[in-house]
Amino acid sequence: MSPDTASHPAGPAPLPQPVWITGIGLVSSLGEGAAPHLAALADPPAPVLDVAGFAPFPVHPLPPLNLDTQIPKKGDQRQMEPWQRLGTYVAGLALDDAAARPLAAEMHLVVAAGGGERDVALDEQVCNAIAGLPAAEAALKLNEMISGGLRPTLFLAQLSNLMAGNISIVHGVTGSSRTFMGEEQAGADAVRIAAQRIAEGRGHAALVGAAYIAGRWDMMLAYAGAAGGLWREAWVPAAARQATGGGMVMGSAGVFLVLETEAAARARGATGIARLTAITGTASRRRGEDTALAAAQRLATPLLPRLVPGYAVLSAGSGMAGSYAAEQGFLGWLRDRGPAQGGVTPVADMIGHTVEAALPASLALAALAVQAGRAPQALVSSFGMWRGESLALVEPIEGGAA
Amino acid sequence: MSATRDHLGRHVVAVTGIGLVTPLGFGVPETWAGLVAGRSGIRRISRFPTDHLKTTIAGQVDLPEDATRSEPLACPARVERMGTIAAEEAVAQAGFAGRRFPGPLFMGMPPVEIEWTQRLALARKVQGNAGGEVRYPDLVAAASGDRDLYEGFLYGGVGERIADRFGAEGAPISLTTACATGASSIQLGIEAIQRGEAPAALCIGAEGSVQAEALIRFSLLSALSTRNEDPARASRPFEKTREGFVMSEGAAALVLESLESARARGAEVLGLVLGAGERADSFHRTRSNPDGGAIVGAMRAAIADAGLQPADIDYVNAHGTGTPENDKMETLGMLAVFGEGKTPPISSTKSMIGHTLSAAGAVEAAISLLTIRHGMLPPTINHETPDPAIPLDVVPNVARPAKVRRVLSNSFGFGGQNVCLVLGAAE
Repeated sequence: MSPDTASHPAGPAPLPQPVWITGIGLVSSLGEGAAPHLAALADPPAPVLDVAGFAPFPVHPLPPLNLDTQIPKKGDQRQMEPWQRLGTYVAGLALDDAAARPLAAEMHLVVAAGGGERDVALDEQVCNAIAGLPAAEAALKLNEMISGGLRPTLFLAQLSNLMAGNISIVHGVTGSSRTFMGEEQAGADAVRIAAQRIAEGRGHAALVGAAYIAGRWDMMLAYAGAAGGLWREAWVPAAARQATGGGMVMGSAGVFLVLETEAAARARGATGIARLTAITGTASRRRGEDTALAAAQRLATPLLPRLVPGYAVLSAGSGMAGSYAAEQGFLGWLRDRGPAQGGVTPVADMIGHTVEAALPASLALAALAVQAGRAPQALVSSFGMWRGESLALVEPIEGGAA
Repeated sequence: MSATRDHLGRHVVAVTGIGLVTPLGFGVPETWAGLVAGRSGIRRISRFPTDHLKTTIAGQVDLPEDATRSEPLACPARVERMGTIAAEEAVAQAGFAGRRFPGPLFMGMPPVEIEWTQRLALARKVQGNAGGEVRYPDLVAAASGDRDLYEGFLYGGVGERIADRFGAEGAPISLTTACATGASSIQLGIEAIQRGEAPAALCIGAEGSVQAEALIRFSLLSALSTRNEDPARASRPFEKTREGFVMSEGAAALVLESLESARARGAEVLGLVLGAGERADSFHRTRSNPDGGAIVGAMRAAIADAGLQPADIDYVNAHGTGTPENDKMETLGMLAVFGEGKTPPISSTKSMIGHTLSAAGAVEAAISLLTIRHGMLPPTINHETPDPAIPLDVVPNVARPAKVRRVLSNSFGFGGQNVCLVLGAAE
């Protein structure tokens, strides 16, 4: 066992061989692909917001997508709702970016997913029809209304694992398929497991990612209950929300990364974007001494000797008060313990909070930043809105890509 | 004494604890007794009214609190309860009760959604406050600050609470691969141990979806048996008159542990997980490729991962859902992998338990280990009219004694996610 793991035996093992990010598919309210995101990292533009559609909650909308380019069969498009379409679309972008289509059949797929769209209009009809009825009568009417009202294929468009299913069908990714659930940590664990599996020799390439659609009342209902959950005022950066209790502005984004072992990437002459030096995560209980800050410090301790002056930080935080404070404390601790910190980018201020996609999207931005020479290294820090702490470190590929 | 490293130099993975909750009973002994007796756990649904529904039967697990509650527990709460009960049994058997579990939790479970009980309660709140038409923005406003609703329906909520209860290490991973979920959970546990991340892993598959909307969704896909008049005879895997699966619920928990660690602790080794294989299908959302490629690939990958040949497999615990399509494709897979005339006995315990969906892969891995330990093949009940297109020994209707050292357990999911496990005898 290496000293890294001995220092926190509960933590994930280091990657046994180097892993590269060789492809990125990324869509957010800022646009599609590397260019708009790199531009925004250099000079943050005004956030792209829809303030009317889901008032009082501002959300970051999706840009228009030319779905036909990645999901050529209309029949496939019809089998999905926007969330699955977005994920399937960006998964294709990532495969193209990596020029990895020939690898798809043997590639592992790990998706971090929430749930797909409900039939919101039907939900409202049912609520209005039966909420006032006695329980027994309401139950009968419920059966009748949803039996007759649900579109049979909607279930498949809703199932969490069917984004992965659609990616297998549309893009032929069939090495394996796993879908993780659990908000931000699902995104972090998806990257971690995908990277570990290929690094330990279970296959050579993996496609990993997530998608989130912000403009969905069914998902807003899920997050409304959190203290200070959804921000309901005019947009301000997450830092400026903290004085009044914090809160999240949700963002629409889809992101997939192609991961390959360095050996496999070099062997096929692939152009790497960045090296994924570390991906690590845990979940503190966030009570007593088992704090998010302490958990992140344990995760960071083995990484500290690797950090170089000027490393950039991409924060995947949500804007929720408790996790925001913990992450700020952690970044301060890093400044005290480590080399000089470069710029800190709160990714949710650029594209909104994208839950399962938050860490993969921040990791994509980190990889693009180091590839573009904007920083010698980039550290991604993810503190989940409720649970989960993760860190990832990316570095430029020495000597440039092959 | 066998080696603690396998043919690829990886940790041999032992099972040191098993827990089960199924419609046949709470605990391993009750479920096993039911299986050996060929007893069906399928019955008429009593949890909610079934008027207007095409299917009115299921494998329903009644929790003690169900008797006293006015509203049924939501699916995630039910999953958490059954997962916890199964995990308590497994963790106690492994000798970890009352101490921190020395590894991560992998929680196979269905997706989470706010359900009608909660949605209607919010709608009534809206109507009580303002009256008038209820729209989603009103529901969201009514839910504002409702911490129980938020934490109860987070996708990571169930895993977090179970990890907390057992003191599992690191971030719990909650996962779904449809009907292969329970097997994927075990596969993640195997990998964590082989990787040296921890000496043990707590792997759970749990399902609690016997509720109206979930039943209707499967019904609309024409996936469910409508043989409502005789529930015990409705689940008919591999039989000629099969016409769909029967929804069911339950949970299984396995404590996986490196053989090295189990021996060092002096823990009883109940069996081994020798290998796992997976393959995704790219053909269709609910159907396998007619060539059976992904099913065959997953079965072969599992056997190869175990360092075995097909002839080394003594028995197969089938995915065997009882849909015309699955059983046809699984037969094709069996013939391709083992060869005509060389297929080992295969039975579907779903004939008795029903299809526990997200739990099934874990439930059936547990049953596979019990099959080895007891030297008894559980039957495929309701085998009345053999299907001439299925030339397999399905252990029809009656349990059969047999010396079994290695079992292949199949799990094939909607969305094309296929996972197979190979379970083996302790020594």
